[in-house]
Amino acid sequence: MISRTDTILSVRELRTEFRGGRGNVRVLDDISFDVGRGRIVGLVGESGSGKSMTALSLMGLVPRPQGQVSAKSILLDGTDLATLSPDGMRRIRGNEISMVFQEPMTSLNPVRRIWDQVGEPLAVHHGLGRRAIRDRVLEMFELVGIPEPKARLEAYPHELSGGLRQRAMIAMGLICEPKLLIADEPTTALDVTTQSQILKLMLDLRDRVGTAIIMITHDLGIIAEMCDEVNVMYAGQIVEQADVFDLFERPSHPYTRGLLASIPKAGAARATKRMPSIPGMVPNLAKLPPGCRFGPRCGDAMPVCEQPPGLAGLGRGHVARCWLHASSPATCAEGAAS
Amino acid sequence: MLIFVIRRLAVSIPVLIGITAILFVMLNVVPGDPVALMMKEHASADVIERLRAQMHLDDPLITRYLRFLWDALHGDLGMSIKLNRSVTSLILTAFPATLLLAGCAAAVSWIVGIPAGILSAVRRDSLLDNFFMGFSLLGVSMPIFWSALLMQYIFALKLKWLPVSGFYGWKYLILPAVVLGWSSAGVIARLTRSSLLEVMRHDYIRTARAKGLREVRVISRHALKNALIPVVTIMAIQVATLLSGAVITEAIFGIPGVGRISVNAIQSRDMPLLQGSVLFATALVILGNLIADILYSVLDPRIRSEMKRDV
Amino acid sequence: MSMPVESVIVGSTPETIEEASFLGDSLRAFRRNRMAMAGLAFVVLLVLSTIFVPWISPHDPYRVALDEQLLPASATYWLGTDNFGRDVLTRILYGARISLVVGIVPSLLSLMIGTVLGILSGYFGGRTDFTVMRLADMMIAFPSLLLAMVVMYTLGANLLNIFLALALVGWAGVARVVRAQTLALKQKEFIEAAHAGGTSRPTIMLRHIFPNVVPTLIVLFSLSIPEAIMWESSLSFLGVGVQPPEASWGLLVAKGKEYLFQAPLVAISPGIAILLTVLAFNFIGDGLRDALDPSMKD
Repeated sequence: MISRTDTILSVRELRTEFRGGRGNVRVLDDISFDVGRGRIVGLVGESGSGKSMTALSLMGLVPRPQGQVSAKSILLDGTDLATLSPDGMRRIRGNEISMVFQEPMTSLNPVRRIWDQVGEPLAVHHGLGRRAIRDRVLEMFELVGIPEPKARLEAYPHELSGGLRQRAMIAMGLICEPKLLIADEPTTALDVTTQSQILKLMLDLRDRVGTAIIMITHDLGIIAEMCDEVNVMYAGQIVEQADVFDLFERPSHPYTRGLLASIPKAGAARATKRMPSIPGMVPNLAKLPPGCRFGPRCGDAMPVCEQPPGLAGLGRGHVARCWLHASSPATCAEGAAS
Repeated sequence: MLIFVIRRLAVSIPVLIGITAILFVMLNVVPGDPVALMMKEHASADVIERLRAQMHLDDPLITRYLRFLWDALHGDLGMSIKLNRSVTSLILTAFPATLLLAGCAAAVSWIVGIPAGILSAVRRDSLLDNFFMGFSLLGVSMPIFWSALLMQYIFALKLKWLPVSGFYGWKYLILPAVVLGWSSAGVIARLTRSSLLEVMRHDYIRTARAKGLREVRVISRHALKNALIPVVTIMAIQVATLLSGAVITEAIFGIPGVGRISVNAIQSRDMPLLQGSVLFATALVILGNLIADILYSVLDPRIRSEMKRDV
Repeated sequence: MSMPVESVIVGSTPETIEEASFLGDSLRAFRRNRMAMAGLAFVVLLVLSTIFVPWISPHDPYRVALDEQLLPASATYWLGTDNFGRDVLTRILYGARISLVVGIVPSLLSLMIGTVLGILSGYFGGRTDFTVMRLADMMIAFPSLLLAMVVMYTLGANLLNIFLALALVGWAGVARVVRAQTLALKQKEFIEAAHAGGTSRPTIMLRHIFPNVVPTLIVLFSLSIPEAIMWESSLSFLGVGVQPPEASWGLLVAKGKEYLFQAPLVAISPGIAILLTVLAFNFIGDGLRDALDPSMKD
């Protein structure tokens, strides 16, 4: 089963559904993507597009029994996570894949000391003792650039600033040297200066430790700065997938174009001119339009958009889920829907 | 820490003084002559006169209050009219029984209430949860005097497992402690459950799960300490509830405690004794509040550092 | 750099529509709550039967029949008879009158006192707040039963004084909740707008703050009724509440306990009446709380 390739994570046909009082709601539909060894892959989209749900599904953290995750395969360095038992998945979690969350303020336990929380994965997955854990946490604190690391070990979360807490969270995520780190909007809750410091740290760590990163964000600026490849998500689907340069050079899905157009240009008179934005609202996942999910908001909608589009290949691994490109033959159709 | 305790004490003292004032006014502005009321028709005019002088009843109210306060500070709560003994010694003789009863009841409520609450939260909406919550709802909704009678009837009169009433050994303590503890256990179980469910929604629980911890460890190491902080603080309210309940429990099971003293004092219209025993109980409640506050700050590092900053 | 897409989604509903649907939603949420509806049905049934008991029951609650003492339950006496040969069920239904009145009147009193003091305290703050809240602290530090007992001792044991004693016990809790809500409301824009518009302070308190605490008051009211019933029955049980020949449930249990061995039903059944009534009101209260003010949960 073990096949050492350059791909560390390969997700195929990931579906997540939630059981509700009025039937099931499919919050993720047909998610397929790869993450290369040591690469940073972005998931970008509005809130509700399913990017955080993708992360939780990969981590096995979707609340059960309401949430049901299924996939053709989720290969993490050759191990298929989709076939693992809950306990098998638990052993992977925090050890081979770990996650950094959006809110450093609330993601740490207020009544336990920092070193104890940051080092806990070592106790659970490697059975290390207190002494060894403390030493390792100290090393990690130095690695993630926490000033006065020794003094911070005994601190409680509320005694640290937001930026320091997020550094501690990253230290926690990397402490077992995972193959993959998922960062879910790691800088959204931070102020701008701290934001860029944390992003720089993550780039730096990727280069030094070699951990692959899935970067979840709604900010295309962060994507441009950080990522090697991008997946644009809309209403529970990946609508466009491309190399980062390619995506910015030739955005192909009307939704991606809309996103790019809505980035305010530096120097533009923000106060006077209304920023262009995508008209309409994100659809309710329980009442999706029958055809293209973006159809009702799309300026380029055609009669054929009443039918669900598949992923259309545009060359160089660039795909878009849109009828505009359906004439070109699919080159990356592995995950293409009917 | 010490400074915090002292400061917290300083806040309690005015409350205690205020309470003595309210109590004193309520008991001393009885319409009609209190001594005549106390003695009914049995006493001669001369005895009444002597008692009035002894109790300084002809002085203005404020003077009497200040004297009462001064004496109370020295541990002197006056003389019981009916029993002709000092109120302080009567209360101190009765207190161990009340302390034992309330202590056992509190133990029952914690030992039963907290695990029941935790299990209910973990197995939310299960049969077990419904069973525990039903039982605790029953505990909160039953008047203590009635559940006491019911237990007496079943376990003492019918099954003859335990003595009906009296206070001659640990066997006599079981029924009263269970009766008194049940209602508190209900409150504690419900609070523990809702508090744990609330904590389990927090982001740091998701973080703990993301680390690959077993669910047992997520609950025991990450959720429980946070969830029990509010549970600890209701200890203060529990002291008041247990003392109210002890009044009834002691009366029914014939336990010679402070609660029974106050009921007897009312029935025999023994004003100083009533005043003393109520004051004593209230001081205990304030002490309970103080202890709960201190525990709270010990458990929650956020409060602890706030205190440091304030001082 | 962030996308402004989310701002497009934000919409606002006019307040009038929100209010109308709030009431409708609450009513619907309450109706869906089966326990609350069962509680309501029980209370309605109880109220009706206490009103019509003279016509329903063939027995006189005060008639003494010494040859029919402590009879067991039978077709004639559904719950047996007491030591004076009186029908226990009829006595319970008459007793319900007192227990229900004692549940409602003191709760209304403590609600009124607590609301006025709570709004004043929260709105004016400063010295008013300090005085009221320290007073409330003191009331809460008293063990409730002992405080009520002291009041009954001083004023004498009768129904009116029970009202006063229980109101005195209950107001402080109401005042604390109302004060907290007033403090929160004071920060809201519509209060500040009213201020800026020159509305007088009494008007603001009466027209703007009070209506917003009403849902909470309804919940507090429904939850304080069972509490008052419990306290009254405890007082009466101890002999400092309702006096014979009147009979509240607590007194019935107290009188019946002498005959616990011969005729357990005499003491046990009024207690069941208390238990069921308290449960019913608690269910109603929980239902109202969930329907009107989910934030108050615990």
